[in-house]
Amino acid sequence: METAIVFLPLFGAIIAGLFGRKIGDRGSQFVTAGSLVVSAVLSWIVFLSFAGAHDQPNQSTTIHLLSWIASGDFQLDWALRIDTLTAVMLVVVTTVSAVVHIYSVGYMEDDPSKPRFMAYLSLFTFAMLMLVTADNLVQMFFGWEGVGLCSYLLIGFWYHKPEANAAAMKAFIVNRVGDFGFALGIFGCFFLFGTVSFDGIFAAAPNFSDATLLFLGTEWHAPTIICILLFIGAMGKSAQIGLHTWLPDAMEGPTPVSALIHAATMVTAGVFMVARLSPLFELSDTALTLVTYVGGMTAIFAATIGLTQFDIKRVIAYSTCSQLGYMFFALGVGAYGAGIFHLMTHAFFKALLFLGAGCVIHAMHHEQDMRKMGGIWKKIPMTYALMWIGSLALAGIPPFAGYFSKDIVLEAAYAAHSGAGNFAFAMGIAAAFLTAFYSWRLLLMTFHGETRADMHTFDHAHEAPKVMMLPLIVLALGAIGSGYIAYEWFVGHDRFMFWGASIVQSADDIIEHAHHVPLWVKYLPLAVGLAGIAMAYVCYLLIPSIPGVIVKTFKEFHAFLFNKWYFDELYDLIFVRPAKWLGHVFWKRGDGDIIDRFGPDGVSSLAAKIGRRASALQSGYVYHYAFAMMIGVVALITWYFLGHSV
Amino acid sequence: MLYQDALRLLPELFLAGSIIVLLMYGVFSGDSKTRSVVILSFATIVAAAVLVWRMPGGEGVAFAEQFQSDTFTRYAKILVLIGAGSCMIMSMRYIERANMARFEFPILFLFATLGMMMMISANDLMSLYMGLELQSLALYVVAAFRRDTLRSTEAGLKYFVLGALSSGMLLYGISLVYGFVGTTGFDQLNQVIAGLRGEGQPLPVGLVIGLVFVAAGLAFKVSAVPFHMWTPDVYEGAPTIVTAFFATAPKIAALALFVRVMSEPFAALTDQWQQILVFVALASMILGAFAALSQSNIKRLMAYSSIGHVGYALVGLAAGTQTGVEAVLVYMAIYLIMNIGTFACILCMRREGRMVEAISDLAGLSKSQPMMALALCIFMFSMAGIPPLLGFWGKWYVFAAALDAGLTWLVIIGVLASVVGAFYYIRIIKIMYFDEAAEPFDKDTGAETGFVIGLSAIAVVGLFVFLAPLENAAKLAASAVFGG
Repeated sequence: METAIVFLPLFGAIIAGLFGRKIGDRGSQFVTAGSLVVSAVLSWIVFLSFAGAHDQPNQSTTIHLLSWIASGDFQLDWALRIDTLTAVMLVVVTTVSAVVHIYSVGYMEDDPSKPRFMAYLSLFTFAMLMLVTADNLVQMFFGWEGVGLCSYLLIGFWYHKPEANAAAMKAFIVNRVGDFGFALGIFGCFFLFGTVSFDGIFAAAPNFSDATLLFLGTEWHAPTIICILLFIGAMGKSAQIGLHTWLPDAMEGPTPVSALIHAATMVTAGVFMVARLSPLFELSDTALTLVTYVGGMTAIFAATIGLTQFDIKRVIAYSTCSQLGYMFFALGVGAYGAGIFHLMTHAFFKALLFLGAGCVIHAMHHEQDMRKMGGIWKKIPMTYALMWIGSLALAGIPPFAGYFSKDIVLEAAYAAHSGAGNFAFAMGIAAAFLTAFYSWRLLLMTFHGETRADMHTFDHAHEAPKVMMLPLIVLALGAIGSGYIAYEWFVGHDRFMFWGASIVQSADDIIEHAHHVPLWVKYLPLAVGLAGIAMAYVCYLLIPSIPGVIVKTFKEFHAFLFNKWYFDELYDLIFVRPAKWLGHVFWKRGDGDIIDRFGPDGVSSLAAKIGRRASALQSGYVYHYAFAMMIGVVALITWYFLGHSV
Repeated sequence: MLYQDALRLLPELFLAGSIIVLLMYGVFSGDSKTRSVVILSFATIVAAAVLVWRMPGGEGVAFAEQFQSDTFTRYAKILVLIGAGSCMIMSMRYIERANMARFEFPILFLFATLGMMMMISANDLMSLYMGLELQSLALYVVAAFRRDTLRSTEAGLKYFVLGALSSGMLLYGISLVYGFVGTTGFDQLNQVIAGLRGEGQPLPVGLVIGLVFVAAGLAFKVSAVPFHMWTPDVYEGAPTIVTAFFATAPKIAALALFVRVMSEPFAALTDQWQQILVFVALASMILGAFAALSQSNIKRLMAYSSIGHVGYALVGLAAGTQTGVEAVLVYMAIYLIMNIGTFACILCMRREGRMVEAISDLAGLSKSQPMMALALCIFMFSMAGIPPLLGFWGKWYVFAAALDAGLTWLVIIGVLASVVGAFYYIRIIKIMYFDEAAEPFDKDTGAETGFVIGLSAIAVVGLFVFLAPLENAAKLAASAVFGG
């Protein structure tokens, strides 16, 4: 059954990708969406078997598929590792993917290459499932690169748009930096533990808690180095500060792609990876502290940018970035269950928001700028309601899903009582306020007030077809209920039974402490969330002049935020331009002026010159020829006598 | 005794008798029967090849040790007969279309072939000269066969004058050798010279000078630098079928003769002639590669190409070892196949009944005649030495042999020259496949030519699988020379 879950999407992708023209648009949509739905149903069955455990902790099982590499000590298998963590990810991935597949049928109605799109989506899902079911680091890396590839293909799906191509390349290249870290981390694991399989690493890890690595002449704490390298990989994939620049640009892709890849699944791969390797990360306080700081920084940094953006998808993208920060600092303080809990709820409400935004964009004839929307809530009431649900969940208002997960994350950060934990808590609270604010800014700008769209677009704004609305309802159910239902399993009383050994936890761990924080800590997130909403109402509905005044007063600061903290400009200055300059020098000076000039070009022109000379010898006169023969004989005899003194 | 001798020389005797009969037949029935003379000539060649193959007389010498018959002569003669036979069958329609359908044409081909077989079988400097001249005289005439065109007659005359000069050198060398050694028989020469060296006596100067002259005369026949000057002009001027013949059968025969003379009578002087051979091989490879770069006429290009190939073949001989000779023999066979195929393609280059010879005329051949373009593409890649095609293996064997003999520098330069050479071969492919299409060629080339093209192309592509038999045959042949 688990095998079917993983390989059904691949089957769909192959059928739609290779035979898309034969079976037609409908056929490929049916095959891919159908196999995904089956896969999702099976995933739920697997998940429920894990969720139902009460007597004893859940165990992990391994399904061996094939032997992959056997080279000396290096043994590698294709195998599916099924434990609770995997089961959670399976449900998240297949459910969101199935929903997005169905949604795409409506959203991509006018697109000429539907089979290709569906094939990419399914292929992505397969790679993602490969990633979450991996039994060893290398197989995980396979999935990791597979999702990267599909992300690249889907961001650049509309390849006739130059921005889409640029964004696709940017995503690929920035991820490469992270992947480099990941790969080095895998090498480090093999170097240290002599194995890359999770069981092997976890079994060996405690023995290496004080191991050192000699690097650049200095002894380093080996687990720290490895964890930091792996975390760099996670930062790239999960768009943490520094390696986040690709995510907002990735919004050039079709909206279903943004929902599936850049909100719900792929970007959470980093979170999943850290959780999966929690036994390893537990060995290094330094690495965990780094994770916490990076998470906290990202949460606040992305939220501040989200305040100022006008593109509806970019706002949600920065919100995603920010929420990923939450997940990471939850992991950083050791609350792995909380991190995954937030991952799961976030997947539902963020996919809902993205697909809702897709409906808005669909209604507004592919307009994404919120400055050209407004007042359309009466036109598309259904979408409006769903966006409300998503936003409430995102802002952490009870009883919506985000409330439960965000609260436990923040409580855990507070309960850590460490410098990093306090920092993350403060940043998280501030970000929660900003999150609520920009979510309602989005809602109000899009749906309320006088319309700023042109009349034609406004008049023709219409609700999306059923095939797009039904998936949203599924996600809305998740956004409403998943937090409440899953709370006890993920972070409540049942968590020991539920997680089993799939993540590190103990009776006296951070989640336990998180339940015993002071009351104000528990209510603060909700309070700032409500404050943020109220603030948004004041600024965008009651007194619409306020934002303008604020922008004018804090002009530099606004510009700093609006230009995304100048990260792109900075990278352009530090990396892109010097690299281009260097490339130019090597190309023009090195390759052109030296290698080509004296190498291929020089040799070939010399050869041509010699060739002309040689054929010019051929004068056509017999006496010249005869003379050459005689000279030849004389020369040979002379040479002979010079060489051999007879 | 006489019977045994005649049996050993049976293929040559058979050929000579057939020539006389065919000549009579031609004389009495006139030019209208040219086609049947060609076909009969072809049959004669096939029959002679069978006789050579069966070797009814066995190995040994004949007619007062003037001639010999062994595995080496068999190998070389088979190659020569394959070359001659292919050209003969392709000439059938060619001479008709070119208005040179006279019955003497196939007869002259046969005479030349007979001369080649005799010189391959020569076991004495005298019989060597006789065979060589028989061949050359016939070739002078066919080169000038279209006596009404300036180019053909010019080619014939040039070839004749320079050929006469080289014959003179050869004769002079032979007389010097005879004067200082006192014999012209291969076996005696070998023994006497070996004796001289064995006693540690200084070599007579005249012998060495004679050797240089003999080598120069032979180098002219294989068109090795610096005795190559006639080749481009004659190849370009002669009728294409004659050029095809020149590039195949006589070249094989002369190379075989070169190998035989250097390795048998002058075997004891290997250290003396090696230096000459190294120089000649080097100069041929380099000139063949560079001078071809700026050619626009495909026949001229093939002339330089053949000069280059002779250079590679002589690399094997320059090694002066048995493996070297083996390599030369393998190279000869491969060279023969590639050249027959290529010239068969060139023979198809006709527009509105007229031969065209510019390389640029091949433009767009891939569209008008894709199969021929593919075949020519295969031949060119093979000549350039791209693995796994046959041409690569030829070079592989000679270079390996030279490396074994310690001629590292020669091999390095040879490889570099083949890189330069690859350019002009591959340029032809580029012109065929990527250039703006020129007018298509006439397509009534006849089945024989197509058959020859197809067979050679298949051989070039597929034969590397069956290299072992070829190698074994070459090994057997080489062992005959080295008294194995």
